Amino acid sequence: MITPAARASRIAIKEPPWLKVVLTLSALLFLLLFVAMPLAAVFVEAFRRGVDMFFQALVEPDALAAIRLTTFVAAIAVPLNMLFGIVASWAIAKFDFAGKSVLITLIDLPFSVSPVVAGLVFVLLFGIHGWFGQWLVDNDIQIIFAVPGIVLATIFVTFPFVARELIPLMEEQGREEEEAAMSLGAGGLQTFFRVTLPNIKWGLLYGVLLCNARAMGEFGAVSVVSGHIRGETNTMPLHVEILYNEYNFVAAFAVASLLAGLALITLVLKKFIEWRSGDTGRGAPL
Amino acid sequence: MTAIAQRLSVWRRDSVLPGFGLTLGLTLTYLSLVILLPLSALIITTSGMGWQAFLDAAFTPRALAAYKLSFGAAFIAAGINAVAGVIVAWVLVRYSFPGKRLVDAIVDLPFALPTAVAGIALAAIYASNGWIGGPLSILGIKVAFTPLAVVLALLFEGLPFVVRTVEPVLQDLDPELEEASASLGAGRLQTMVRVILPSILPAVVTGFALAFARGLGEYGSVIFIAGNLPMVSEIAPLLIIIKLEQYDYTGATAIATVVLLAGFILLLVINVLQRWSRRHEHRT
Repeated sequence: MITPAARASRIAIKEPPWLKVVLTLSALLFLLLFVAMPLAAVFVEAFRRGVDMFFQALVEPDALAAIRLTTFVAAIAVPLNMLFGIVASWAIAKFDFAGKSVLITLIDLPFSVSPVVAGLVFVLLFGIHGWFGQWLVDNDIQIIFAVPGIVLATIFVTFPFVARELIPLMEEQGREEEEAAMSLGAGGLQTFFRVTLPNIKWGLLYGVLLCNARAMGEFGAVSVVSGHIRGETNTMPLHVEILYNEYNFVAAFAVASLLAGLALITLVLKKFIEWRSGDTGRGAPL
Repeated sequence: MTAIAQRLSVWRRDSVLPGFGLTLGLTLTYLSLVILLPLSALIITTSGMGWQAFLDAAFTPRALAAYKLSFGAAFIAAGINAVAGVIVAWVLVRYSFPGKRLVDAIVDLPFALPTAVAGIALAAIYASNGWIGGPLSILGIKVAFTPLAVVLALLFEGLPFVVRTVEPVLQDLDPELEEASASLGAGRLQTMVRVILPSILPAVVTGFALAFARGLGEYGSVIFIAGNLPMVSEIAPLLIIIKLEQYDYTGATAIATVVLLAGFILLLVINVLQRWSRRHEHRT
């Protein structure tokens, strides 16, 4: 089979060489200046005072507490949103019902909400002056300026990632295989685990990967609800902010470089999944 | 019985697969608890403050300056990204060059890099002694603590939205269109502008809208480099946080409502645009 691109190059519809060079170079220059350079800056700044200072910043107790909290929050938010993504895409992709497109739009809603607004809504609900504020005080429960608020805000901003990956995938795969399994006597769960899950595993992994990257890196929403208590309610991105505002640049960039490393691992795994699942590129990303 | 069954089947087509009630029920419950209830808290709190109080809190001169900056910078950054993103997508789809896979992976970096990390990195680059800020300051151009800094941060965050929206459309473009154009005597540049550009325009506009929506609400990558001077380089999301820290809940809520509604309107626009580009694809 001849791909469109191959055909295009066979027939004389190519750009003149000078235009090709100009376009390629301007694309590369733009990416270098505006995208790649910030990444390089993180690592250069982190090692500016040597390797020792770098590691000192990472083993400092507040930094360790931030790493623990970030891991803890992601360990709750990601599995919850993963389960939601599977359940929602089963309902949406395997059945027809009225209001389906409205439901899909509602699932996408958090993407169009500013992270700061996402944090604020939880302050309005659970803050001291919020709807449930007095009740929470009376029962000695703290959500805002504490870990539960951070978890809630993180769940909010990472809510759509898995679902929006799985819904189009499962819709494309249709229902025939599941229906065949059922008619051969398989149970519902058995059908899901033996037929559906193997079909969606790469898409699921892809969604979980992006969900986790955002959960660990979220800043705006978490910043509103955290209260910035060192060693207690500081996630890694918030710890980076505090160190930076204290002009402790090496430490700030050292912790930031861990997050940048996570981003790089995410990108590598993402490419790997795209390669394994035979998908060369995806539509509207988020 | 049959009447009820009939009425139900209008609502959903019969399927032999199990779990519809359970999965839809769980979906709606979780969606309501985690997203809809919290968002309605904002809307209800705002509607409780009365029209005049809302206007007074949402449109102070300082808030107006913040909207102007957030909207303006997001618009300019999305516009630049629309042009640069098309060029990057074009180069990635049509040309091959060494290191192309690495370049392709780099495009997604803004999605993966936490905004606070991008924020301090950009601040370091554009500081008056930074890699780019240094040379620029010799030329007399100051970036840090100006509206220009906000545009630069949003340029970083928005690029992949355009590239990844335009890329699949470019991939699927029928080469016969270009052949026809060439055989009718059009120059290559003419074909690119008159034939290819119109076909990818819906995708470009969608990418622009996505980048614009992201830029409106963006916080982490902006605040470190913007300097946050009231009336000059203070973005709307930051003003919400400042109001909260001053215990001015009315102010924070009112401004948040404006930002939220702007985001919703953009979401609707994006949905319409995506339908348009899908129809466009079928036609060509």
